[in-house]
Amino acid sequence: MSAGFATAAEIARGVSRGEISAEAVTREHLDIIARRDRGLDAFLTVTAERALAQARAVDASRAARSTLGPLAGVPIAIKDVLDIEGVPTTCGSRMLERYRPPFTATAVARLERAGAIVLGKTNMDEFAMGSSTENSAFKPTRNPWDRSRVPGGSSGGSAVAVSAGMVPVALGTDTGGSIRQPAALCGVVGLKPTYGRVSRYGLVAFASSLDQVGPLTRTVEDAALVTSVLAGVDAADATSAPVEVPDFRAALSEDLASLRVGVPWSFLEHGVEAGVTSAFRVALADLEAAGARIVEIALPHAAHAIATYYIVATAEASSNLARFDGVRYGLRVDAPDLRRMYGETRDRGFGPEVKRRIILGTFVLSAGYYDSYYLRAQQVRTLIRRDFEQAFLSCDVVAMPTTPRPAFRLGEKTSDPLQMYLEDIFTVPANLAGIPGLSLPCGFVDGVPVGFQLLGRPFDETTLFRGGHAYQQRTAHHRAVPPGLE
Amino acid sequence: MPRVTLETVDHVARLAHLSLTAQERETFTRQLEQVLAYAESIQALDVSGVEPMSHAAATGVFREDVVREGLPRETVLAAAPDADPESGLFRVPRVLGG
Repeated sequence: MSAGFATAAEIARGVSRGEISAEAVTREHLDIIARRDRGLDAFLTVTAERALAQARAVDASRAARSTLGPLAGVPIAIKDVLDIEGVPTTCGSRMLERYRPPFTATAVARLERAGAIVLGKTNMDEFAMGSSTENSAFKPTRNPWDRSRVPGGSSGGSAVAVSAGMVPVALGTDTGGSIRQPAALCGVVGLKPTYGRVSRYGLVAFASSLDQVGPLTRTVEDAALVTSVLAGVDAADATSAPVEVPDFRAALSEDLASLRVGVPWSFLEHGVEAGVTSAFRVALADLEAAGARIVEIALPHAAHAIATYYIVATAEASSNLARFDGVRYGLRVDAPDLRRMYGETRDRGFGPEVKRRIILGTFVLSAGYYDSYYLRAQQVRTLIRRDFEQAFLSCDVVAMPTTPRPAFRLGEKTSDPLQMYLEDIFTVPANLAGIPGLSLPCGFVDGVPVGFQLLGRPFDETTLFRGGHAYQQRTAHHRAVPPGLE
Repeated sequence: MPRVTLETVDHVARLAHLSLTAQERETFTRQLEQVLAYAESIQALDVSGVEPMSHAAATGVFREDVVREGLPRETVLAAAPDADPESGLFRVPRVLGG
């Protein structure tokens, strides 16, 4: 195995046993980032000094015989939408180019308390709006499997950092698929936890009723390990759920006897490319071989998920992004009066996709259109959630491809936003319903990775991890390394 | 479906405090129309009596009403493009007249 592809579980074990120092692990990964990130552009900021200081602190605790956390010495990368005190948080936007938050996101603080070492902040679509990372105001990120293709988005930098062996774990956020879609297109594992499972404190909001923080990793075991650290109620986020957090890793198993996997075949008729369908069918056969039983289910309203999502999400975004007005933080463009200062700051600070979504969101909330768009979309959202409740009466997890196609080429869809939105067809239903989803690599189409996802009942990440882990014990897709990095 | 015109986009941009270029006005008018035409599919669904879902979280979460320290005022003002730490205020351009 080439440098950089050790898992979080292996690194934490090595550091805890004193076989390797956290500082050595940190230096090795910083060195890999310095060499590999040129041309991939997964990172916006590398926090080398801070990382080395934290690694030395982990090594000092070990020397003092203190108990180390479950992620001792594990290098991680953080999507640049989560705050770390004193470190720039740009959200991929000119608006926040020089912003340094005065506090740290709960998700990041929990990882650091468990011994993880943050190596830097990763590139993303501006304010997490996009499916390709091309909407970053600073630079596009490229797919390590084929550099002419996008890595997916909006957590594209995090997916590439993991896929190219620069870190074993990265945090992303998923509002309509922004963890699972780039994970699938880069050949890594990505979990969108149940809404409320992970605190959103310190996450710059896009659509507050849909946003969730979650991990991207190469193995399901690592995703389970990290999620046990991330999850749990937080006094700073009233939507975080007071639900017990199990030791997800301890619950993994290789046997799926009695697991019922529901497949919504008629929903999958929505233009899935042939290669993706055949990789998905093979994955289902692998799950069956591990003891699972495949059953057919129906999600009759899922076909309306894109329309519903782009009304609900943009409405919430237009409201959330009103705070960027040049007064309290971020960019200000000087103008002779307040109103023009607002307009010019927002015109210069936001890129085209963000403006487009603010326009759409403001429209669906405006007088005369609220009932027929926003309210109606919220009602359809209820119907979509009920579809899942109904489905989970006859199955334990729902399986479907994560994306209808493998990664597209840079520039291929930028001129047609609606075509870009339609790529999210299989990921947005889970966000609307608030349920967890785990994307797993399941093969290659045209030499680039594709993935499938398991969706579960609210707060039943345990079953997703069990299914995903058993699948990875029988398959090798997650061990493939991008060309040139072997 | 409502007709989306340049005036629709101007109105919405004004509500959202966005100054748009002539090019953006035209592009967004066309794209808003496209997306709304696509979203037309939900107009045909029967949603009578269906509760709207605003959130996936449990509602009605309460906490003790206790005083907690917020961020120090100087720290917050330090992040502002223009502030007067002396008086503890954000400074903005003129609001009235001009």
